[in-house]
Amino acid sequence: MLHRVLRNTRPLLSTLSFSWNTVLARPRMDTSRPVERTIRAKLTQALDPKHLEVLNESHMHAVPAGSESHFRVLVVSSCFDGLSLLQRHRLVNEALRDELSSSVHALAIQAKTPEQWQEHPTLAKSPPCLGGSKHDGTMAQKLKAAQD
Amino acid sequence: MSGLFRSVLRAVQVGAATCRPKNFDAHVSVVPARLFCASAGENDLGEMVKKDKVVVFMKGTPAQPMCGFSNAVVQILRMHGVENYASYNVLEDQDLRQGVKTFSNWPTIPQVFFNGEFVGGCDILLQMHQNGDLVEELKKLGIRSALLDVEKDEKSK
Repeated sequence: MLHRVLRNTRPLLSTLSFSWNTVLARPRMDTSRPVERTIRAKLTQALDPKHLEVLNESHMHAVPAGSESHFRVLVVSSCFDGLSLLQRHRLVNEALRDELSSSVHALAIQAKTPEQWQEHPTLAKSPPCLGGSKHDGTMAQKLKAAQD
Repeated sequence: MSGLFRSVLRAVQVGAATCRPKNFDAHVSVVPARLFCASAGENDLGEMVKKDKVVVFMKGTPAQPMCGFSNAVVQILRMHGVENYASYNVLEDQDLRQGVKTFSNWPTIPQVFFNGEFVGGCDILLQMHQNGDLVEELKKLGIRSALLDVEKDEKSK
């Protein structure tokens, strides 16, 4: 009787053991690059892009290492069909309104339709920094907003 | 030379050294910055953007831009021979800086206006330059792009 119970329990115990280990070995939450992840999430939700690139270009500017203040985004979406450049950029700006009014100081945008991207799949490059952030009294506030 | 200017020059199909508009001066003339009254609001901005055919809100001045994106706008306009435009340095006036962002509902600087109408920032101006739209838009303002003369010279050779 006992033998039978133990035999039937063994698979259950193995399962429990496996589950317990799984519970203990939870993957670590990625808390790095919060602004970049938020930008990616918001653009994905708002514009359903076929292709999306979000580049943190803060290292190219006169801001502390690890900053998330200057970004370049490439959004390829059918949402842009029939829209002017200005209209497309406004859609992107609107999706990132909160970030642009707090921590994001500069946002370079490429907004293409899937056909345009297929024709010319090139990510534009940002011009070299001329050190404007060093003379910008609002930068400290923005950098602090990113940290909060 | 930066990647930005390489791509700009490829679109133009001539080297920067040969792209010299008639009124080009090696010492760029500084358009005097017009003071923005701290207490002025949308009405004044409305007037400012209409007073001149081409108006640029930027960081720094055309002679000394303080931001790569603002510099790109200055360089693009210069390539088209547009030197006589109104420019306003937002780094000198935080009220102006915030005011223009609210006025145009656009979160970043630089900002370009043609005949009082908001055109866009550096990215849009660059794309307009690359796809030929900028030449057409300047034509509507009664400004002949210097690139048309360069193109004409190239064809006559």
